Amino acid sequence: MEQNHVEHVDHFDPVASKLGMWLFIFTEILLFGGLFIVYSVYRYRHPVEFHLAAEELNVTIGLINTIILLISSMTVAMSISALQLGNKKFSLILIGTTILLAVIFLVNKYFEWGAKIHHDIYPGSDFLMSLSKGDMLFFGLYFFMTGLHAVHIIVGVVLLAVTYVKIKNGTVTQERYSLLENSGLYWHLVDLIWIFLFPLFYLIH
Amino acid sequence: MIGNSSTNRMPSYLEYQGKYTGIRAWILSTDHKRIALLYLYSQLFFFLAGLVMGLFMKLELIAPGQQLMGPATYNALFTVHGLTMIFLFIIPGLAASFGNFMIPIMIGAKDVAFPKLNLFSWYLFILGATIILVGIFTGDGPPDTGWTFYAPYSLKTNTNVVLTVFGAFVLGFSSILTGLNFIVTIHRMRSPGMGFFRMPLFIWSLYGTAWIQLLATPVVGITFLMVVADRVLHIGFFDPAQGGDPILYQHLFWIYSHPAVYIMILPAMGAITEIITTFSHRTVFGYKAIAMSSLAIAFVGYLVWGHHMFTSGMSETARLVFSFLTFLVAIPSAIKVFNWTATMYKGSISLEPPFWWAMAFIFIFMIGGLTGLILGSVSTDVHVHDTMFVVAHFHYIVFGGAGLAFFAALHYWYPKMFGKMYNKKVANRALLGLFIGFNVLYLPMFFLGFMGMPRRYYDYLPQFANLNLLSTIGSWILATSLIVVIVNLLRAKKGTPEEMDDPWGGRTLEWKIQSPPSLENFEEIPVIDHEPYDLIEK
Repeated sequence: MEQNHVEHVDHFDPVASKLGMWLFIFTEILLFGGLFIVYSVYRYRHPVEFHLAAEELNVTIGLINTIILLISSMTVAMSISALQLGNKKFSLILIGTTILLAVIFLVNKYFEWGAKIHHDIYPGSDFLMSLSKGDMLFFGLYFFMTGLHAVHIIVGVVLLAVTYVKIKNGTVTQERYSLLENSGLYWHLVDLIWIFLFPLFYLIH
Repeated sequence: MIGNSSTNRMPSYLEYQGKYTGIRAWILSTDHKRIALLYLYSQLFFFLAGLVMGLFMKLELIAPGQQLMGPATYNALFTVHGLTMIFLFIIPGLAASFGNFMIPIMIGAKDVAFPKLNLFSWYLFILGATIILVGIFTGDGPPDTGWTFYAPYSLKTNTNVVLTVFGAFVLGFSSILTGLNFIVTIHRMRSPGMGFFRMPLFIWSLYGTAWIQLLATPVVGITFLMVVADRVLHIGFFDPAQGGDPILYQHLFWIYSHPAVYIMILPAMGAITEIITTFSHRTVFGYKAIAMSSLAIAFVGYLVWGHHMFTSGMSETARLVFSFLTFLVAIPSAIKVFNWTATMYKGSISLEPPFWWAMAFIFIFMIGGLTGLILGSVSTDVHVHDTMFVVAHFHYIVFGGAGLAFFAALHYWYPKMFGKMYNKKVANRALLGLFIGFNVLYLPMFFLGFMGMPRRYYDYLPQFANLNLLSTIGSWILATSLIVVIVNLLRAKKGTPEEMDDPWGGRTLEWKIQSPPSLENFEEIPVIDHEPYDLIEK
């Protein structure tokens, strides 16, 4: 029976997919929100230790990474505009730049973490266990929150890479750019979370 | 009828052939109805597994002293029973199965907004369940912390907490994506003319549920990740030895897990509303009040988590505020019950099985709700905290409420989903048995708790023996009746299209299409020009 071979009609609703992405971003903010609550509670309980421990972090690397992420947010936003205007090639270059900046961020992070671990500061290390409770909590939170943020950077890079390929082979186009827009939204979220992490860990002395 | 007459029937969603055949036609299908059945079958499987564990626990408690198992096994059993029933059966609950099936049909759409994401959610559900199962059977044995994973014990026990907690995290992710999908579907896919206030009330309840799933689940997700980090990386978020605070864990846990109770019960209330309206053959009384009470429950439900922690160490002010807010939840809940009663008043009630299930639901839910007030008030809670009273209350709400509504919905929509009708007489008798068994099983627990029998022990003092024996006998009646219920559903007989398309005289959209529905639900998207429960000529 011919009727038996009906398939779903491809349903495309850019407003729906954008709404879905915004809702997902809410959940991500709440996910980190749980950690921000924990951070606030422990900072309130151990103000002096948190103050002193924060001075051990490398503000320069943190600042460089902040600038890198801010620029990457700009490039990803520009790539959306470029695609909307029909400039596919420039859009691809901008996405590539965003991915490159993300990788530089991660490399910086690697060296920053590496230096800490080299000084025997990591969760569960003998040295950290010998410090005060406030120090343990500060560095525990530092590694966990920046680590979870780094995971989100990696997810964002994968999303952008998929988008790159899809623009290149013509699945994502000037008319159908929802995927790029959503990847961009996600990337802004990753950036936004860092904007909160940076002062909380590096700047408040 | 819309796009349907007995001469022009489309192949049903159960029959149609896509590009896949056999099992792959199911596990690779993005059709919301097939995904709904995937959820339904997996949930029922986990429910039966949880039921068997419950039976063993009751058997252990048949008399004082050790009967079948020692304390360690009993601890593992009540933990795994809780995990299975809560995370694998009743949190996906009516939303994942009946919600998935009915949302698109009841709002006049062909599918949910993101069909692929919908299937992905089911895969995440199965992945999470598998991780939990692996956690139970490998490593140093199943977790023995209770389903709440309270720190610091969950950090110290040698049992396999990491895998089970991580499995629960994955399940949470699945729940979030389902909620997201439903919200977008309800916003974007309603058929022309179907305004928000023309949606059936089941959809309203699922809409409230979806927001809770979306906004509460991430908090428990991150909390579970912190437990994993504490155990694997020794960070010490909740470990007092490292400065962590176990009470903070309880707060974060209940910020999700109390709203989770409303994830379980809201869709149940929605389904009961549909059933009562249909069998009263009347327009629902107080449509807007019921719709808004769903949102009110969802909202107030966020602010009451502290009532789980009255004895954990909180300031007197916090306890009073949480107690007050808890009492507030009674208002929207009561609005629903009163409106159900008013709907039945002067209705032309037909006493079909789903209606009886709904009645059993109201009766049991009322006991559960009223005993909840005893737990919500600080002074009485201190007396019955962590006793069998809590176990009884919880089961009256979650099993007697959400669980019973699950089966009520199954009896109500069974002809629609499968085009078959079960034996109504057997269904009624099985329900009677279940109703008796349920009350014999759980009612004594209220008294036991009030007399001071603590929960979560494999043994008890001799003065509790009689009531415990009674309770165990109740568990056998309950289990037997449940088996009859399920066998009766499985032995349902195919009816003619005329009988099955609308066996109850329902007024919402799902009764205006063929049973079982075609792949696309509606060959032509319906245009809605009437209120949801208006009687219109077919």
